[in-house]
Amino acid sequence: MLKSLRVRIAIFLGVLGPGFITAVVDNDAGGIITYSQAGSRFGYLPLWTLAPITIALILTQEMCSRMGAVTGKGLSDLIREEFGLRVTFFIMALLVLVNLTNIMANFAGIASSLQLFHVSRYISVPIGAAAVWLLVVKGNYQSVEKVFLFACVFYVSYVISGILIKPDWKEAAIYSVRPVLMLDAGYIEMLIGMVGTTIAPWMQFYLQAAVVEKGITAKEYSDSRIEVVVGCIMTSVIAFFIIVSCAGAIWANGPRDITDGAQAAEALKPFGQYAFLLFSAGLMNASLFAACIQPLSTAYSVCEGLGFESGVNRRFTEAPIFYWLYTLLIVVGAGVVLVPAFPLIKMILISQVINGVLLPIVLIFMTLLINKKSLMKEWVNSRVYNLVAWVTVVVMIGLSLAYAAISLRGV
Amino acid sequence: MAESILFYTELTGLPVLDTRGRRIGRVRDAAVVPLVHPARIDRFLVGAGSAWLSVRFDQVASISLGGIRLSDELLTPYHSDEYMLRIGRDLLDQQIIDVNGRKVVRVNDVTFEVRNGNSNGHSNGRQSLYVLEVDIGMRSIFRRLVQGVVPRRLIRNLQRPIPPKSIRWEFCNIVETDPQRRLRLNISHEKLEKIHPADLADIVEELSPAERGAIFESIDSEVAADALSEIDPKMQVSILESLEPEKAADIVEEMAPDEAADVLAGLEESRSEEILEEMEVAPESEVRELLEFKEDTAGGMMNTEYITLHDSATVEDAMNALKGNEDQLESLNALFLVDPDGRLTGSVPLARLFIASGATRLKELASETLISATVDEKQDAVTELFDKYNLLALPVVDEEGRLVGVITADDIISVLRHK
Repeated sequence: MLKSLRVRIAIFLGVLGPGFITAVVDNDAGGIITYSQAGSRFGYLPLWTLAPITIALILTQEMCSRMGAVTGKGLSDLIREEFGLRVTFFIMALLVLVNLTNIMANFAGIASSLQLFHVSRYISVPIGAAAVWLLVVKGNYQSVEKVFLFACVFYVSYVISGILIKPDWKEAAIYSVRPVLMLDAGYIEMLIGMVGTTIAPWMQFYLQAAVVEKGITAKEYSDSRIEVVVGCIMTSVIAFFIIVSCAGAIWANGPRDITDGAQAAEALKPFGQYAFLLFSAGLMNASLFAACIQPLSTAYSVCEGLGFESGVNRRFTEAPIFYWLYTLLIVVGAGVVLVPAFPLIKMILISQVINGVLLPIVLIFMTLLINKKSLMKEWVNSRVYNLVAWVTVVVMIGLSLAYAAISLRGV
Repeated sequence: MAESILFYTELTGLPVLDTRGRRIGRVRDAAVVPLVHPARIDRFLVGAGSAWLSVRFDQVASISLGGIRLSDELLTPYHSDEYMLRIGRDLLDQQIIDVNGRKVVRVNDVTFEVRNGNSNGHSNGRQSLYVLEVDIGMRSIFRRLVQGVVPRRLIRNLQRPIPPKSIRWEFCNIVETDPQRRLRLNISHEKLEKIHPADLADIVEELSPAERGAIFESIDSEVAADALSEIDPKMQVSILESLEPEKAADIVEEMAPDEAADVLAGLEESRSEEILEEMEVAPESEVRELLEFKEDTAGGMMNTEYITLHDSATVEDAMNALKGNEDQLESLNALFLVDPDGRLTGSVPLARLFIASGATRLKELASETLISATVDEKQDAVTELFDKYNLLALPVVDEEGRLVGVITADDIISVLRHK
């Protein structure tokens, strides 16, 4: 019995990585801003959305990791093989655009969080970019994954800062389960925004590729599934603490709008140096972490889908397009943050519009692919699962299109 | 670019004209029937209204960018044919192995050659299409993207600045996971057997589990064994699990016993037992013995392929022993001397044999200090011995000092690499 438990833990640690990392990185700079905004403007009211968001997240992530484990192929591989080059090219082009603005947002996150510690962005951003680039180019997948898993630990900082602020836990508990719908444009926008930032197209590509890269097989899949579910729940727990922090620190003293994560951190100062430090360190960690993963994942997906050689285990000369794309994404993503007059907010809004177009396509292709018996054999969705999946997909499509429309208005 | 070239992107959608020049429909796909001819397009699948017609190669008079002109109008409706390798469905966008470049590539487009006459070059007034190359570079991506939007001749002009990148059809190896279809399409993985096992291992790591299984199932066991020992340990296990026990046993038999033991140790016990049962008696018992040792001890690292001689033997005896063990020569560094009870008494570096006369006693050639390890010596201590004494091979002895195995430098290298 003890032995079998040990074996199980060993297997679980063996598959640990992809699901966890993907879910945690989901709380990147953009996510943290959205949750901070939700908390500081509407207090505890939006908390109830976290439960359905978690379910949708689990559902989509589970399908990806299952496809990766069963077929041993990445999502862009499968889209290419089943739907052809033109579709793949189109999706990849959108993916590069969306991810590039995500990367910009994350480098902006690095800049603004370190500015809180009086580090100039002209120092923090170039160093951050160089570190990100070197980590992947000079490392190999196993070591990179270990660094990533280690970075996951730092998300605990949000939990601690949330506790330090001493929010109203009773309120938080009540509104976590009591749905509140108000016919307030700002409120509805906020709810849609929360869903929109939580389920992003790059995650599906990254997760599936990471599952394949790790060599997780259909046999180990049941453990991988646990990992995905735990990861998704973790994501929402962290989101919960961010919202609660901002509700306790900002909203309780009068609701107001904030425009970036650093502003939220600043507002925590009255609650002690530690709450402020932890929140800003969390923002830096999340931004840096996402800035590592998103360029990598983008370069991977594009090269896989279009048939260029890829992989961090290859040398520069063996996979030139992979490395050039990766480098370019980092250089451009970090570079624009240093351009004084660059319209970053506008770029992010535009990216959310493209995101709203891309996510439905990706979700539809995913659900079509996972139902192909020729690919998935006995691992296709069951009928009930399919029903839930399609309902989720349709709801997600509706919400992301709505989000795109809202963003479009802001452009 | 020669007029006799045609791309698949140009072929699809090409109008098909009957003997009087009337359009019947457009080309939807084309198929090779590998059992008949490895490269000739045997069938053109033509969409006419809602149905697809099948045009045999000998019903075609001419092929050009203007269209395909038929010489015969007796066309049959297309029904799925198991012997067909359809270019559009089965080849385009799929991964194949470039045997020459030793890597996995994805097919963007296919280049055909239009040839006059039959395959022997005899003129018969007919044109046929032959698969020439599989296209993988940027140029073919460009063609795919603008196909059907930009006129064919214009695409040819526009693509000129982009360098082409193609693989000759002879060097393409299609990976088919269904064994029955493999037979019908005459797909063998023989070409892969010529690739260096280390390269083959790299290729296989790129593929999906099902494709990996298909390759190991169908290639020669010896090549499979060599390639398997180069593959990441976790993947080794999943490959052996996917194979039939008989095939797995054939492959494991061909592996060096120490590597075989390592792989089997990674499998579930019931599964490794199944494989061991299928193995020949001699290698099986060797592997079983090795499986008894802990992986991180000298016993777990050693292999049982070595040559021993009696300690009174001469150089000539040694030469004869080498002739009888030719399969081991490639990795052999030293010969070992044992007393009548099998206890290790000396180690003779192989190179010393060449400068000694035939009657010299091996004992005189042996290294001055005899360095050995016991089976339960820890891995770190073994590595240290190699470093300290600059060893190429280290004999391993049991409690009574009897020689039971040898650890070689390459074992140490892989241990260090996986640290």
